[in-house]
Amino acid sequence: MAIANLGLNTLGRLETLPPDWPGGFWWHWLFFTVVIIAFVLLLVMGFIWIERRGMGRMQARLGPNRAGPFGLLQPVADAIKVLIKEDIVPTNADKIVYWLAPVIAFAPALMIFAVVPFQDGALLADLNIGILYVVAISSVSTVGVFMAGWGSSNKYSLLGAMRNVASVVSYEIPVLLSIVGVVLIAGSLSLNQIVLAQDIPFILLQPLGFLIFFVGGCAEIHRSPFDLVEADSEIVAGFHIEYSGMKFAWFYLAEYAEALAISAIITTLFLGGWRGPLLPPFLWFLIKVFAVFFVMVWTRTTLPRVRIDQLMALAWKFLLPLALINLIITGIQVLTWPVALPWVMIPVNFAIMAILVLLWSKLFKLGGGRVEV
Amino acid sequence: MTVALSGKEIASKLEQQFPGSIVESNENSLVVKSESLPELASLLKTAPDLDFDYLTAITAVDYYDYFEAVYQLTSIKHNHSLVVKTRCYGRDNPTLPSVVSLWRGADFQEREIYDLMGIRFDGHPNMKPIILWEGFQGHPLRKDYL
Amino acid sequence: MALKTEPFVLNIGPVHPSTHGVFRMRAILDGEVIVDMEPIFGYLHRGIEKLAEERTYTGVIPLTDRLDYLAAMSNNLAYVLAVEKLAGIPVPERAEYLRVIMAELQRIASHLIAVGAFLNDCGAFFTPFLYMFREREKIVDLFEMVSGQRLLYNYMRVGGLSHDIPSEFLPALDKFVRQMPGFIDEYDQLLAKNEILLARSKGVGILPRELAINISASGPVLRASGVKWDIRKVDPYSIYDRFEFEIPTGSVGDAYDRYWVKVQEMRQSLRIIKQAMGQLPPGEVKSQVSHLLHPPVGEAYGHIEAPKGELGFYLVSDNSIAPYRCHIRAPSLMNLTALREMMIGWKIADAIIIFGSIDITMGEVDR
Repeated sequence: MAIANLGLNTLGRLETLPPDWPGGFWWHWLFFTVVIIAFVLLLVMGFIWIERRGMGRMQARLGPNRAGPFGLLQPVADAIKVLIKEDIVPTNADKIVYWLAPVIAFAPALMIFAVVPFQDGALLADLNIGILYVVAISSVSTVGVFMAGWGSSNKYSLLGAMRNVASVVSYEIPVLLSIVGVVLIAGSLSLNQIVLAQDIPFILLQPLGFLIFFVGGCAEIHRSPFDLVEADSEIVAGFHIEYSGMKFAWFYLAEYAEALAISAIITTLFLGGWRGPLLPPFLWFLIKVFAVFFVMVWTRTTLPRVRIDQLMALAWKFLLPLALINLIITGIQVLTWPVALPWVMIPVNFAIMAILVLLWSKLFKLGGGRVEV
Repeated sequence: MTVALSGKEIASKLEQQFPGSIVESNENSLVVKSESLPELASLLKTAPDLDFDYLTAITAVDYYDYFEAVYQLTSIKHNHSLVVKTRCYGRDNPTLPSVVSLWRGADFQEREIYDLMGIRFDGHPNMKPIILWEGFQGHPLRKDYL
Repeated sequence: MALKTEPFVLNIGPVHPSTHGVFRMRAILDGEVIVDMEPIFGYLHRGIEKLAEERTYTGVIPLTDRLDYLAAMSNNLAYVLAVEKLAGIPVPERAEYLRVIMAELQRIASHLIAVGAFLNDCGAFFTPFLYMFREREKIVDLFEMVSGQRLLYNYMRVGGLSHDIPSEFLPALDKFVRQMPGFIDEYDQLLAKNEILLARSKGVGILPRELAINISASGPVLRASGVKWDIRKVDPYSIYDRFEFEIPTGSVGDAYDRYWVKVQEMRQSLRIIKQAMGQLPPGEVKSQVSHLLHPPVGEAYGHIEAPKGELGFYLVSDNSIAPYRCHIRAPSLMNLTALREMMIGWKIADAIIIFGSIDITMGEVDR
């Protein structure tokens, strides 16, 4: 049974919100739908600002600083610009597929937030298969991307779409296995219960799982250093080459909404969700989400990108064995560790992670790849 | 210092191997007959004391009666250089033998000379215009173009 | 159970963020693997060689700026060296030293762009590119002090330079030379052992030594393949035989070696500049040459070690005020000859990296 659920859940807890909180099922649904949509759209704008300004400062230049104080209205300016742009559709494009692709790519990112808790019980639907729902839904956006690549009738976009399918499929498995480690410790698939079980944030109890999930998450949302799906310098924007205007805005939003979703999932699973001492829970959630996204922006600015076969090699030969070993060790610990000593597990797990990562990186080298023609 | 070999000495050496192939020679360069260019070039490349393995440049100049192709050769091992010239007469369809099989660096340069001057090179695997677009009439670098 | 796929044709360029100008690669791909490739260029052909026949010898100098527009000082230097060789014009000492300083500064600036663009092709989203440009701004400011221009300087003249350096040039140059090695070390530290860069560029696009010599490659491409051939050492022009510097040479000839050679060359250029600054004599900077120069009948081939390779000018004169024939031996054109061999068997992502590591400028290739 769960190790960390020791009944010490006294810090910073307001009362649990019942599942039909403001006044019945439909009011609850309406309230949270509006909250989720507003949350996603506003935070995506905030993320766009953090990325552009943060990346600019890291690159020894100012980011956008004209539109509004500190450039805060820059995403708004971008949105307006994109709305009034001409909508160009290629002649040979498969019309229905081309039109539907942005919708299918964006919708899953929004749907993930139905199960992310903003406060104890404050979520649209407290499914008791929460994290399974998240994993299932997040794979649907790949279909949207592939539809975009195919429907554009452009060889570059098809290449980008193929790369996307290959990379998402490869990274599903290590991500899933690292999630299972968390689920084992928390004892439940529901995201609300996972947050409630984190007296010690799971990043300390599952450092290897956190690393695997972070790397796999970056690869799934095709952010640098794995952004070869839309590599600017090779295949010129990949699957969304032929999109302009509002449809391109959907893809752009979808990219940041997925980044937001992955940040929110990392916060919920590993960093303790909304838990924290003094501030209201919603604020803690935001702080943690911003921190995770900042690390993502940091890696994007610093690292060059890998090649597609190196990407898949990383998933199958590096992350997957580590995830399996992580799962085995977590299982053994859940079964045999004495319940009264949770804090000792932290340095033990960190030591295991350090040894495994060092060992594996010595055994596994990226590179090579010339094919005999 | 790269020693510029004297044209006269090399000419006398080559004359022994291939009599009748040298047209004229002076201190700076030597002029050879275009038919004997491949054999002479091969000798220049493979002879152990000459060993010209690096083709620095090929230029074509339009003197109104004839075209002259100038080959600047260098040897990396011995650090000496040589200038070899050859001429071809006639303004419609002049041809010269190609040295691509010896020095691959001649590939793009010979295509460019064909494109801009109109001199065809026999034996070049891909004699197509390289700089100007398909359908361009004329050879711009000739003196009678504009 | 192998999947049967058909190769398809993909045009990379001419309008592409990473083809370093208007360059078109017609690649035949099998999935992502390049099966065959044909380079097509000529989109930037401006007929410089023909135009040069209509201008005076001094009037050709601005045309030479536009060849390799990222290294304009070196182009000027090659051309005026060729004219001086043709006409036998002496150059004053001060002008020689200043020419060396300008050429080496230009080499650093050009290599900064080359390395930055190469890393940009690798996918590091503009960060190293912008860091390199921050240093290049200082060099461009120095050049602006001297010639009033930021990119196309038109500074060298037949017989020397067009005018002397202003008084604030040497202190600014001193400050730059003292700060720059720290920056190069910073880039080295961030990039030289970067796992992803090593994985992307080690062993990629190997140019064997024999092939490099056979295709008349020159410059960093030739030296990365293991051939110790630098015009400044083997055929010193101007006063390069008075300076001490080394020639960095690679071993394998892959993209990483080409990158590494460029970084080391930047360090050696700083060494040369320091020595030249210390020995700079006073005097005039241009010998008396008439505006309408009539060189004697003859021909000359003058070459220098430009940042991209061996840049040579073959001039034929018939005692008139304009060159009879001005042929430009462009290093970027020669270095491209083996592009097909280097790319076959690799994927598109590697094709961009290989192409970026050769470092060409279309102004030179097309002229």
